[in-house]
Amino acid sequence: MAKKEQDLQKVVEKAIAQQKVPHVKFKGIDPKNIDIARLTKPSKETKQERWGKGLTFLAIALIGILIVAIIGFVGIHGLATFFDNKVNIFHFLFSSDWNPSAGNNHVGAAAMIVTSFAVTLLAALIATPFSIAVALFMTEYESSKRAGLLQSVIELLVGIPSVVYGFLGLTVVVPAIRTIFGGTGFGILTATLVLFVMVLPTITSLTVDAFKAVPKELRKSSAALGATKWQTIFHVVLRAARARIMTAIIFGMARAFGEALAVQMAIGNAVLMPSNLVSPAATLTSQLTSQMGNTVMGTLPNNALWSLALLLLLMSLFFNFLVHLIGKKS
Amino acid sequence: MRKSNLSKVLVVFLIILIFLVGCSKNNKKITIVGSSALQPLVEQAGNDYHLSHLDSNIVVQGGGSGTGLSQVQAGAVEVGTSDVFADTQKGIDGKKLVDFPVAVVGIVPIVNKGVGIKSLSRKQLAAIFTGKIKNWRQVGGKDLPIIVINRSRGSGTRTTFEDLILKGQEAVNSQEQDSNGSVKKIVNSTPGTISYISFPYANDSNIQKINLDHVKPINENIRTNKWPLWSYEHMYTKGKPNKATAAFIKYILSKKVQQDLVPKIGYLSVHEMEVTRDSQNRVMKIGN
Repeated sequence: MAKKEQDLQKVVEKAIAQQKVPHVKFKGIDPKNIDIARLTKPSKETKQERWGKGLTFLAIALIGILIVAIIGFVGIHGLATFFDNKVNIFHFLFSSDWNPSAGNNHVGAAAMIVTSFAVTLLAALIATPFSIAVALFMTEYESSKRAGLLQSVIELLVGIPSVVYGFLGLTVVVPAIRTIFGGTGFGILTATLVLFVMVLPTITSLTVDAFKAVPKELRKSSAALGATKWQTIFHVVLRAARARIMTAIIFGMARAFGEALAVQMAIGNAVLMPSNLVSPAATLTSQLTSQMGNTVMGTLPNNALWSLALLLLLMSLFFNFLVHLIGKKS
Repeated sequence: MRKSNLSKVLVVFLIILIFLVGCSKNNKKITIVGSSALQPLVEQAGNDYHLSHLDSNIVVQGGGSGTGLSQVQAGAVEVGTSDVFADTQKGIDGKKLVDFPVAVVGIVPIVNKGVGIKSLSRKQLAAIFTGKIKNWRQVGGKDLPIIVINRSRGSGTRTTFEDLILKGQEAVNSQEQDSNGSVKKIVNSTPGTISYISFPYANDSNIQKINLDHVKPINENIRTNKWPLWSYEHMYTKGKPNKATAAFIKYILSKKVQQDLVPKIGYLSVHEMEVTRDSQNRVMKIGN
């Protein structure tokens, strides 16, 4: 018997000896033949606890490693453009001469950066008033039962795959724009309209949550002061929900910025600095999807695409950071 | 009870894992990755091959010529397929790869039906794609601005087109599409557009095929290089192919596939060619 267990046995015996009240004998439990081995070993519950903790920690560790690996991988390949291929980073950000296979003086992503921001901002700009109006109707004017129905319809829109939106854009929006404005029908405007439909549900459902989070007391006090429904909405509800609405818009913008397939089908993929809204252009994502199969790993054209990916990653980090910042401020 | 459930799940996972590992160690497996143009042919051939060789396991994936070449160079797959010669690609060491041209495919310029043009010279075609000619009137068509729809930069079709028609000139920066299908759809529906697609997709009365220097875009003319716009479909292996891979490539080059399946998909058999072309675009008559 191990020394530790002998010590324990002694402690138990000593305790029994010092006991003033005579020891009560239970069935199966006897201080004389106490199961020291069982007492010193971790119980079933402790084991369970360790298992649970271990499993959850393993999952977290795995996710952590994955994130670090992804960021590291994209970073290494994306930065290779600047370190290995000696592309000037300012040239990359501010030139719109994009032809990486022609050499490192032709790696300018400005046209794509501008287009990406243009479609994102425009889509958010069109979608936000709509979303706020729809959300107001659902929370302030409609009974909660029918609002629930509307909510599920909107959530249905979120679930539609982006390729379906792109396909609709290609067969409906592109010919429409072509008939109205001439040209090919591909361009920033077409992409914006497609993205508008795609970000609408995201912004709407988050805005609905924002209005629902405004305490009922505020509305009641406003009504008690004699404010009409519209005055209450305008001066109280909208104001109180401001920060959360901003968060909703940023989430919508993050989705629009990262959307690849639908935009690629609607924008025309011409790496040109956009001069108007109805001429073909290309976003960071559309260029990535249309080019990645045609480049050879490790060459400049491939590294240049990784740089675009890195830029996208940084932008999405920035959007996340904005959301956190707004959340802290409110 | 919970604990035993957990261990059951773990055991199932373990079995699946062992199964997967076992699969990947299967020596008979041939993975073929790359050119999406060649994918339907290889897929079909792979299925037919499996009927006569039940122990074969052929996996065909697209991804583009660039992906095919870099994957086979890295040794990640047995065969990389490509529309372009490996040694014309930067970052690929053509000497380490063994080239098996398995089919020939033609490329034809197409225009929207409304431009009023049926034939162009090679010079005119080059001038259009470099942006020097901007209106269809300049080449005898209607008074309509020319809209160039190019193919994705670095794609096999575009590389071939630029090598043979533009000959080193820079193409005008224009709209790009990466699939034959969408190019055809856009050219069909947009006035004033011009693009180019591969032969199998061109049999469509909604678009206007263009004769080059009055030569018709048909397979008979490719055979003698009278129609100059064509490319090989390559299968590349890293060094000498292993036994199973070699057997499959041999099958693709066999009469059965070359005379039956290849024309059915719209390609031309390599055995029917009266000329060859190397990576420097030098054309040579076979037999001379």
